[in-house]
Amino acid sequence: MKFSNRSLAFYLLAGFFALFVAFLYGPMIIIFVLSFQGESGGLTFPMRGVSTHWFADLFASSRYGDLGGALSRSLILGLASLAITAVTCLFAGLAFRNKFIGSSVIFYLAITSLVVPGILLGLGLGQLFQLVGLRPNWFTSGLASHLSWTLPFGLLIMFAVLNRFDGAWEEAARDAGAKYWETLKFVTIPILFPGLIAVALFGFTLSYDELQRSLLTVGADNTLPIEIANMTQNVTTPALYAIGTFTSAISFTVIGIAFVAISIIQKRRN
Amino acid sequence: MTNRSLKPYLEALPYALLLVLIVGVPIATLITISFWETDGLLLYPAFSFENYRELFTSSLTLTLYLDTIKFTLLTLFFSMIIGFTCSYFLVFFVKSLKVQIALFLLCTVPFWTSATIRMISWVPFLGKEGVFNSAVQGIGLTDTPLEFLLFSDFAVVLTYVHLFTLFMIVPIFNSMSKISPSVIEAARDAGANDFDILINIIIPLTKTGIALGSIFIVALVMGDFFVVRIMSGGQSASVVSAMKNEIDQLYYPQAAAAAVLLIAMVLIFVSLILRVVDIRTELAR
Repeated sequence: MKFSNRSLAFYLLAGFFALFVAFLYGPMIIIFVLSFQGESGGLTFPMRGVSTHWFADLFASSRYGDLGGALSRSLILGLASLAITAVTCLFAGLAFRNKFIGSSVIFYLAITSLVVPGILLGLGLGQLFQLVGLRPNWFTSGLASHLSWTLPFGLLIMFAVLNRFDGAWEEAARDAGAKYWETLKFVTIPILFPGLIAVALFGFTLSYDELQRSLLTVGADNTLPIEIANMTQNVTTPALYAIGTFTSAISFTVIGIAFVAISIIQKRRN
Repeated sequence: MTNRSLKPYLEALPYALLLVLIVGVPIATLITISFWETDGLLLYPAFSFENYRELFTSSLTLTLYLDTIKFTLLTLFFSMIIGFTCSYFLVFFVKSLKVQIALFLLCTVPFWTSATIRMISWVPFLGKEGVFNSAVQGIGLTDTPLEFLLFSDFAVVLTYVHLFTLFMIVPIFNSMSKISPSVIEAARDAGANDFDILINIIIPLTKTGIALGSIFIVALVMGDFFVVRIMSGGQSASVVSAMKNEIDQLYYPQAAAAAVLLIAMVLIFVSLILRVVDIRTELAR
């Protein structure tokens, strides 16, 4: 049931929605454009020529710290988060279809992880490492802090995905004599695959852009979002926008791959 | 115990273990350290309430909380209005399901990109020589640039709304699209107009979505220090930005006590909302 389509209300609401989309994307588009400033250009319009000078400057100049290293650390963390989030959330999601003792404890721990201010969780993780005599490091405490952000989202998405999954498929496989792992491999995972891609997308992108939880947990080597956060405070050239365009391009590529993969699978099924 | 009944435990085990290790134990660490003492260099295990006494007797604590709550309420207000209006448009006015999903995704894509970049992208728009001021001066509305736009509380709230409104849109959209068309049909047959339907059916049935969105926004705004620091130009503070100063000065026990208080505040607020809404049934609906 839809409301009348070409009414005054429709046009007012459509206008409001269009304004919101402009609000959402407008500023980003401005910095994408400004990142191609000419060599003598500044942080605001007008454009003084068009160049890729500031992109080249990012990785050539030592002024911005170790951006290459930070980028590779962030990509590795993103992939590790993706893998751990997808696998553990798949099984946890399957488990939550049954009632079991402690399920609500796990659920509320996940919600806690979601709502506790990120930097405070990072403080706790960092201090925990110090107390047990470990040095905080981007791949140990850093990865742990990223998982504290990706795992709750992964579980919530699994709930939504499994909500539309018919357990009768699994039962049929079991009745036909399939073992647990066989059912999982040939029935459950193939059916759930588009949902798992969504979980993986969250796993990667939330880790790749994570700032607050990382600040006190990565130790000596920074991730890309931390380098960018530092740059916002001390870089006053369009190089700041260039890194923004660059990292957004990576995010958009990953989102694009996930969307295309999901739509190809859906199309094949029809 | 049969193999079948053991299954959910084994399936949930890796997830549960990870969460306990990376969330449960660190929070327990914070609580422990909040009772410890420090000389600004080393931590000394103790069971002292001194950090909490300082926290509760300092007038700064109340000021910081009031400022943070002010930012939270403003952000809640604007994101609710925007989130509700956009979802209302998408669910009830866009006829094609494909277009509806495409427009919904358009609203959510920025969630998977860097918040820092989205924050900083307001600078060339709002700055003294920014796009907005050039436009306003260009059409002759004012001679001097509007300076309150950037590095002000206005910029902080604007950035929050920009960053977090999608946390409101997603659950509200979700609630709205589950409203059965026959309910609205029935109301219309009984003589209700669009406005009656909005007030008496859609808003009550969307309350769970609004509550879910509010949980995220409360948590995100109350836990922020970075947006406040950058977008206010260092003029405003929040609970966490003050805490960050203590952390930078290595006053970990004091920071831990402040952290425990803030976590308690956020959790109390969230559990109040959870009392009204059962998220798990909501998600399973």
